[in-house]
Amino acid sequence: MDCSHAQSLLDTYLDGELDPVHNVEIDEHLHGCARCTQSYNDRQLLRQALKTEPLYFKAPTDLQQRIQRSVRQTARAEAPSRWFFPSWIKIAAPLAAAALVVLLLVPSIRGPSSDELLTQDVVASHIRSLMVNHLADVPSTDEHTVKPWFNGKIDFSPPVSDLAKEGFPLVGGRLDYLNDRPVAALVYQRDKHVINVFVWPSNQSAQISAPIETQQGYHVIRWANAGMNFWVVSDLEASQLATFADLLKSSFATSPS
Amino acid sequence: MGGAVLTLGGNDKLQRFEQTIMPHLDAAYNLARWLTRNEQDARDMVQEAYLRAFKFFDGFHGGDARAWLLTTVRNTCYTWLEQNRRNRVTTSFDEEIHSTDEDSMNPSALALKSGEVEMLRESLEELPEEFREVIVLRDLEEMSYKQIAEVVNVPLGTVMSRLARAIGRLKRILYSRVKDKS
Repeated sequence: MDCSHAQSLLDTYLDGELDPVHNVEIDEHLHGCARCTQSYNDRQLLRQALKTEPLYFKAPTDLQQRIQRSVRQTARAEAPSRWFFPSWIKIAAPLAAAALVVLLLVPSIRGPSSDELLTQDVVASHIRSLMVNHLADVPSTDEHTVKPWFNGKIDFSPPVSDLAKEGFPLVGGRLDYLNDRPVAALVYQRDKHVINVFVWPSNQSAQISAPIETQQGYHVIRWANAGMNFWVVSDLEASQLATFADLLKSSFATSPS
Repeated sequence: MGGAVLTLGGNDKLQRFEQTIMPHLDAAYNLARWLTRNEQDARDMVQEAYLRAFKFFDGFHGGDARAWLLTTVRNTCYTWLEQNRRNRVTTSFDEEIHSTDEDSMNPSALALKSGEVEMLRESLEELPEEFREVIVLRDLEEMSYKQIAEVVNVPLGTVMSRLARAIGRLKRILYSRVKDKS
């Protein structure tokens, strides 16, 4: 083993993270080389200082309370029924009865369907991703970087394909949360327009697709195929977005991913 | 009714979160403090990271809670760093100026006397983030290479070479500071 190779492994050796074969080789090299031994001692001194000097920043005492408060607030917002159902049941029951009467009398009144609610959520997620400047957790134009990034972060592997040649370059991926579950968000771009593609597993095995919808000026195209839900959202002009959706569908049909 | 099930579900998630993730607050703050290099921003980053972590907590299927949390802290800090970099002239490390022949370094210069911790702190702060974070995770947080690889999201071999380069750079910065002082 020469000196430069030994030097590059000294830290790993010091950490005890080196494999046994290299470990023995470094041992032997250090015996015969004063220069590397000095370097080793230097590193040891420095590492010792890093570990023992008061460099660690402990969290300020009030921070824990501050965070606990905001997490609990979020938890309440996620499950509002928790505060409503048990202690207010006596009030809630007659109210529910009254509501039932109203529903029976006026059958045409109904709340938004689950798909409509989801469309609102998808549009809201899209807007949020643009507002907080948090488009991508993994900014990359390479599908082979973006796809494996999701490994271990979600319990499925979303299909990813770059459509740069067709004028819709991939710019990255991120984790998002929709329909009460973590989902993969793939981010594409067309000129200045950002396109979010939300993907998560579907229990529909058949191929289905829905007509294009528009909400708050954003177009939404959705379909399910091969056990996955796809929701595409953008402020891009509707016909261009439809072209994008078609390209995406056919790229998944041809690629093995 | 669905309400009762929901009640339990919501409570349970909060309770599990507080038991597994809250205890790692110091680790979260230490990493954020070293990446942002100031207290106020570190506080904001940690709070934001905790809220994100709670939101995605359903995606945490057991395992290393500290590494899982620190991944989120790191991502939050990097988003912030990206935004701030545009408004700020980066003080990039100048290899030319700092480059010193390792052989000419006096080892005793590295044996810091008391009161010189500041010098070590400043030198570590001067390192680029990608080098600073691996040293913080290993030497301050005492994580294994495998845990560091998970947090930084790079292969094990990259952790190895990055740590070696990081310590080499830190040595050079430290040495040039010691020399300037004397």
